[in-house]
Amino acid sequence: MSETFDPAALAEAMAAWLGLELTPERRGPVLTHLRIAAEMAAKLPALDDEAEPAPVFAP
Amino acid sequence: MSLLDGSAEAIAHAVRSGAVSAREVAQAALARIAERNPRLGAFTDVTAERALGKAQALDAARARGETLGPLAGAPFAVKNLFDVQGLPTRAGSKINRDRPPAHDDATLVRRLEAAGAVLVGALNMGEYAYDFTGENAHDGPSRNPHDLSAMTGGSSGGSGAAVAGGLTPIALGSDTNGSIRVPASFCGLFGLKPTYGRLSRAGTFPFVASLDHLGPLARSVGDLSASYDAMQGADPADPAQAARPPAPTRGLIDEGAAGLRIATLGGYFARGGEPAAFEAVERVAHALGVSREVELPGAEAARAAAYLITMTEGAALHLDRLRTRAQDFDPEVRDRLIAGAMLPGVWATQAQKYRRQFRDEALRLFADVDVLIAPATPCRAPAIGQKTFWLDGREQLVRPNIGVYTQPLSFIGLPVVAAPVWTEGVKLPIGVQIVAPPWREDLALRVAQQLERDGVAAAPVAGT
Repeated sequence: MSETFDPAALAEAMAAWLGLELTPERRGPVLTHLRIAAEMAAKLPALDDEAEPAPVFAP
Repeated sequence: MSLLDGSAEAIAHAVRSGAVSAREVAQAALARIAERNPRLGAFTDVTAERALGKAQALDAARARGETLGPLAGAPFAVKNLFDVQGLPTRAGSKINRDRPPAHDDATLVRRLEAAGAVLVGALNMGEYAYDFTGENAHDGPSRNPHDLSAMTGGSSGGSGAAVAGGLTPIALGSDTNGSIRVPASFCGLFGLKPTYGRLSRAGTFPFVASLDHLGPLARSVGDLSASYDAMQGADPADPAQAARPPAPTRGLIDEGAAGLRIATLGGYFARGGEPAAFEAVERVAHALGVSREVELPGAEAARAAAYLITMTEGAALHLDRLRTRAQDFDPEVRDRLIAGAMLPGVWATQAQKYRRQFRDEALRLFADVDVLIAPATPCRAPAIGQKTFWLDGREQLVRPNIGVYTQPLSFIGLPVVAAPVWTEGVKLPIGVQIVAPPWREDLALRVAQQLERDGVAAAPVAGT
């Protein structure tokens, strides 16, 4: 993944694509949450190709 | 002391013995709700007529010589994401109030009533359960009965306020990332998040289906256990429920911690919080004679994965509402959901794939440990309205970060009891998590019972 995550560009593109209104009031908080999400995603480990996805999880 | 300040089991004993009628208990509970709820913000709906009707039916059954259930006459209430016949299931939102009233009760409501408990109403919660604070933009915040300026924690905030405030001895909540355990920690209650798939979720409004759990909050471990037992059992209406027989716990908890191998969780779970969080763990460990510390590798990644799954699944659930009724959301919830809708799908898939690997790490740990102890929250209850706090050396948003210690554990569906610990001279408690292997709720409850019996953990009604 690129080192240059640009939440503003992602937000603008996805808002238009998804039909979500990104008002000035909403824009700042949404970008903050996208930045946090990117930090979280960076913490995920690399997994084997065979790692089992768990959309319905049974402990 | 009022019977209402005691346990549900004590109320049931009094009703069964005829010392008090179920109707008298219901009337007293309704009067207390009317008196205290205006300052606590716990209830959004009070089902007075239903409660009195149910109580009258219990009294009539007793008069006929029928055996009453283990929770006979005990008042309870449910987070307002549970279906209650005749009420719209608002799930903390403004939007859902436009839905038609629920046609039937949620499965767990029916099961508690079948055990004799009496539903007295529905409880305030964070909008759509995307909340750790107990604040609600539409109904106002639920307030911490031990300090009205403090958060209850969320999203089962009304559940915390109702039980700690003495309005009901038991309340039901939901826990996706910590929403039972956080209010238990902040309000000084025992809370049980059972194993993922243990209790039916049928008839409740979802948040993140792959992480959602339901469970009770109570002021005694006995009540926690008795209510949990009453709610167990297969329900084909919940496709995520595991095909397992009920595993009753009430007859086991008095064994306490005897013979159990217990360790505290170090590493990720021993850093980042305020000293109070770790002091509570130390006190519990000392009381249990525990000196062993173990690490659960990958906890930080697990928390990150839970965070991303929550964002994306939550956003998918609400996408249409975000398009058409964005102005009707609590802005703090809406903006997180909008961001979640924009995340790359690969992040969500990677996060889901990590669950199996992290679960395997936990199961390896449980090969020679029975129970793990960890902090429940990184701090005591913040002030209502507080937006940021210092965590791990950084100023961070409160709302997304109260669940740092709860999220990794619910991510893999482990059963956890939150137990409240108090410090002399400090108004607010803080909780510890008692963590057991999958399907072993009994072990966590046994340890909690030991702590309650020894006076290390306690859940008093505020002001008593």
